[in-house]
Amino acid sequence: MSTNAETRTPLLEMREITKTFPGVRALDGVSFDLHAGELHALVGENGAGKSTLMKVLGGVYPHGSYGGEVLIDGEVRRFASVRDAENAGVAVIFQELSLIKELTIGENIFLGREPNRFGIIRWEELYSRAQKLLDELNLHLDPRTPVGHLGIGQQQLVEIAKALSQEARILVLDEPTAALADAEVETLFGILRKLGERGVGMIYISHKLDEVFRMSDRITVLRDGRTVGTRPSKELDESRVIALMVGREVGDIFPEAEHERGEVVFEARGFTVEDPNVSGKLLVRDVGFKVRRGEVLGIAGLMGAGRSELLMAIFGAWPGRVAGETYVEGERVRITRPSDAIRHGVGFVTEDRKRFGLVLDQTILNNMTLASLRRLSGRFVTDVDAEAAAGERARKDLRVKANSVFTIVGTLSGGNQQKVVLAKWLLTNPRVLFLDEPTRGIDVGAKQEIYAQINRLAKEGLAIVLVSSELPEVLGLSDRVMVLHEGRVTGEFRREEASPEAVMACATGHTQRAA
Amino acid sequence: MSQTGNQPPTNRPPTTADVSPPGAVPEGVEAKVGGFRIQADSLRAYTMIIALVAIWLFFQWKTISPQFPYGLFLHPNNFSNLLQQMAVTGVLAVGMLLVIVAGQIDLSVGSVVGLAGGAAAMMQEPGGLFGALGAAMVVGIIIGAVQGSLISYANIPAFIVTLGGLLAWRGVILGLSKGATIPVRQPFFRELGVGKLPQSAGVVLALIAIAAVVFLTISRNRARRRHGLTVPGVGVTALGIIVPTLLIVAFIYLMNSGNNPGLPVPVLVLLAVAILGAFLTQNTTFGRYLYAIGGNPDAARLSGINIRRYILAAYCVLGLLVGVASLLHTGRVGSASPDAGTYMELDAIAACVIGGTSLMGGRGTVSGAVVGALIMASLDNGMSLLNVENYTQYIVKGAVLVAAVGFDMLGRRKS
Repeated sequence: MSTNAETRTPLLEMREITKTFPGVRALDGVSFDLHAGELHALVGENGAGKSTLMKVLGGVYPHGSYGGEVLIDGEVRRFASVRDAENAGVAVIFQELSLIKELTIGENIFLGREPNRFGIIRWEELYSRAQKLLDELNLHLDPRTPVGHLGIGQQQLVEIAKALSQEARILVLDEPTAALADAEVETLFGILRKLGERGVGMIYISHKLDEVFRMSDRITVLRDGRTVGTRPSKELDESRVIALMVGREVGDIFPEAEHERGEVVFEARGFTVEDPNVSGKLLVRDVGFKVRRGEVLGIAGLMGAGRSELLMAIFGAWPGRVAGETYVEGERVRITRPSDAIRHGVGFVTEDRKRFGLVLDQTILNNMTLASLRRLSGRFVTDVDAEAAAGERARKDLRVKANSVFTIVGTLSGGNQQKVVLAKWLLTNPRVLFLDEPTRGIDVGAKQEIYAQINRLAKEGLAIVLVSSELPEVLGLSDRVMVLHEGRVTGEFRREEASPEAVMACATGHTQRAA
Repeated sequence: MSQTGNQPPTNRPPTTADVSPPGAVPEGVEAKVGGFRIQADSLRAYTMIIALVAIWLFFQWKTISPQFPYGLFLHPNNFSNLLQQMAVTGVLAVGMLLVIVAGQIDLSVGSVVGLAGGAAAMMQEPGGLFGALGAAMVVGIIIGAVQGSLISYANIPAFIVTLGGLLAWRGVILGLSKGATIPVRQPFFRELGVGKLPQSAGVVLALIAIAAVVFLTISRNRARRRHGLTVPGVGVTALGIIVPTLLIVAFIYLMNSGNNPGLPVPVLVLLAVAILGAFLTQNTTFGRYLYAIGGNPDAARLSGINIRRYILAAYCVLGLLVGVASLLHTGRVGSASPDAGTYMELDAIAACVIGGTSLMGGRGTVSGAVVGALIMASLDNGMSLLNVENYTQYIVKGAVLVAAVGFDMLGRRKS
C-alpha cells in the first residue's frame, strides 16, 4: 500500500460536491480524492454526509441531482445509474448487503451479467469463474452454496468477490466490519491489503477508529456536509480525529435551561436485547438507567450502538428476545407490548417518523389522537368534536403550521410532521417520554422549536430520555448523558462534565476516564 | 346516495390543505405531491358521481321507447329492480371494505355466501325462521373468525387463507347438499329477498330519516360550540339539512311509484348496513384503528394498537355481513343452490376498488364502496335492458374496473 503517487493523476477525484435534500444541505462543496492502491478512510459523525457522498459516487444519486464533478482517471464522468458507475469500475458495498439469499454465491456474483450464449446461461463457465474469484480471496466456499446459508461475514466477502468480478478499481466499504467476528475481520483486512497491491483504490467508512488507523493511508473527516480535513494517517492520532469530528461550537441554539429535578419517575434495569434475526447476537447488554421528574437524560452513541433497540425493547415493541425490568415511580411494571407502556405513562417519539410515527394519508387529528383515542374520545364510539378540540389545543401549543387539524399529515414539512408525532405522545399524558432522533431531517428553525418544546416539557415536570446522533443536541439539552458503544454503557456524564471530546471517545469504544 | 346525511368527518372539503400555510417550511416535491394527491382525492369522488350520472343518463337515453317516452332505466319499475339486484353486492362490499382498509383481502366471500345460504335453507325445517336466519349469520361469523385467526395469529397471508377458503367452503356446500337445490319455504325469508314495504311505511321511514338529519346537524353544531370549535353558519347548516332532505324525498317518491310500489326490503337492509358501516368506520375506535393499521402498521403497533385483534374483528364483521348477504341472495332467488354466490367476491372487491378503496390499505369509504356497487349494478342492469350480449357485458365490466383504477393512478402519479 504505497502512496507516493501524489504526482500521478488520482484514480478518483470528486470536486466540490454539493447535494441538497428538501430543507437540508447534506453535502456542501466536498472534495475528495483517491489514488490507485490506496486505502482512504472517511470518518465523521452520523449524518456528516459520508453515505451521501458515496451514493453520489456510486450513481445512486444520478448526475444532475447534485452539484460538482466526479472524475475518474482525470476524466469527468456523469453516472445516470448504479449500472453506469459499476461499468466505470466503482463498486459500493453498503451496510445492508444487496445479495439475494435464495440464489447461490455464483448466481449472486454474476447477477445481471451471467455468461451466456444467445440468452442461455453457461452454468459451467459461471461457476468456474466464481470458484476462481473465491480462491483468489482465499475463501473456501462452494460457489453453488445459497448465500442464505452463509454467515454475515462470509456474505460480506462474497460482495467483495462480486465487486472484483466487475473489475472494480474503486471499492467503497461502508462499515464493513460492523457484523464481523474478529477472525473474519482479519480475513477481510488480508484481502484488502491484497487488493491494494493490485492497485484497487479503496474508500473505507468506519466508526471504529482503531481499524481506521491500522488500515488507512489517509483519513478524511467530514462534518455537517463539509470536509474538515484530509491528512495522511501517520500525522494524526485518535484524539485529533475525534476533535475534528466534533469540533464545532455547541452554539447557543440551545436555550439555557436549569431543570428542577424531582424524584425518580422511571427506571430500566439490566436490559439485554437480542437481534431477532441472528440468535445469540446481543445488540444491548445489561444496560439500565434512571430518570427523574423534569430531567433530560441524553443517550449518545454512534450507529449500531444499540440506542434505538434499547428504547424499543423497554417500550415492548422489540420483535426479538429481551431481558430487563422496568419501574415506574418505584413500582415494578411489566411491559410486553406498546399498550402496556402507554398505560404506565411511557411515551415514545420513535425515529423515522414516516416509517414508525405517522399514517401519512391521514389528517393531523387522526394521527395526533392515534395513541390516546380511547381516553380522549370514548372506548368504542368516538367523539370527533372532543377529539378535534384536544387536537386543536395541541396544534396551537406545539405551533404546528397548518390551517386546521384536518390537513393531511403527508403534506406537512418534516418539522411540522415531527411536532404532530410529539403531540400524539403528549396526548397520552406520559410521565416519561422517549425521544429517538427527534430532529433528524428537519431544518434548523424547526429544530430550535423542538428544542424549546423539550425544555418546556422538562420544566413542566416530564422526565425525558433523548437519543440523538447529533452530539451538540445531546450535550445542549441533557442534564445527564449516558454513552453507549456496541450495546454497552461506556460512560456517564453530568451536564457540566460532558465535553464533546470525552463523549465521543466513549462512543468510539474507550471507557470513561476517571474524572 | 343514502350517505348524504352521514358525511364522515374526514371527508370535509380538504381545500385548506393544499394552500401552503403562512410561515410553513416548504418541503419541495413532497408538499407538491401531497397537495396534488388531495386534489386528486376529491377529483376522484366527483368523477365517481359524474360517471354514475353519465351511465344513468346514457341508459335512460337508450331506453326511450313509445311506451316509456322518458326512458325506462330510471323508471320506478326498473330502478327499484336495479337496487334490489345491487343489495347483495352492496352488503358484501361494505364488509369487504373493512378488511381491505386494514390492508387485507377476502376471496372466499362468494363461497361463504353459498354455504351460509345453504345452511339457512337447511335449517328451515328443524330451526324455523330464526334458526334459518341465525344459521346463515353464525356460519358467516365462524368462518370469518377461523380465517381471521389464521391470518392474524398464524401469520398466513390473507390472500392464501381466503383462496383456500374459496375452494374449501364450496366443497363443504357440495358435500352437505349432495348437489341438490333447497327451496326457500319460510315466507319471511323469501320476503327478505323480494319483499316491498307498504308505501306508508316508506313515508314514515323517510320522515324519521329527515328528523335524524335535522337532529344530528343541530346537535353537532351544539357540540362544536361546546368544544370551542368554529360552528358553520346558518346558510351552510341549512344546506346541510335541505340537500339530504330533498334526496330522501325524491328517493322515497321514486320507490313508492310504478307498477309495484314500495321500498324493497333488501334495499332497506343495504341502507341499514351502509349507515352502520359508515358509523363503524368513521365514528368508532375500531374503524379508526383499521385505517391506521392499513395505512401504516408499524405506526399503529407502536401507538399501542393490538393489530391482530382488530384484523380478526374485521373478518368477523365481514363474516356477519356475508351471512346477511347470503339471506338476501337466497331469498331473492327462492332457493339455495350449491353454486350460489360464485364470483361474488370479485364483484364486492370491484365495487370497493371502483369506489376509491386502495388495495394497499388505509384508504376507502363505505359510501364509495356502495356507489361502486351501484355503478356495477347499473352497468349490469342497463346492458341487460339493451339486450347486450352476455360476453360483451363481461368485457365492459372488466374494462370499467381497470379504467377506474387506471384513472386513479394517473391522478396520483408523483410529479
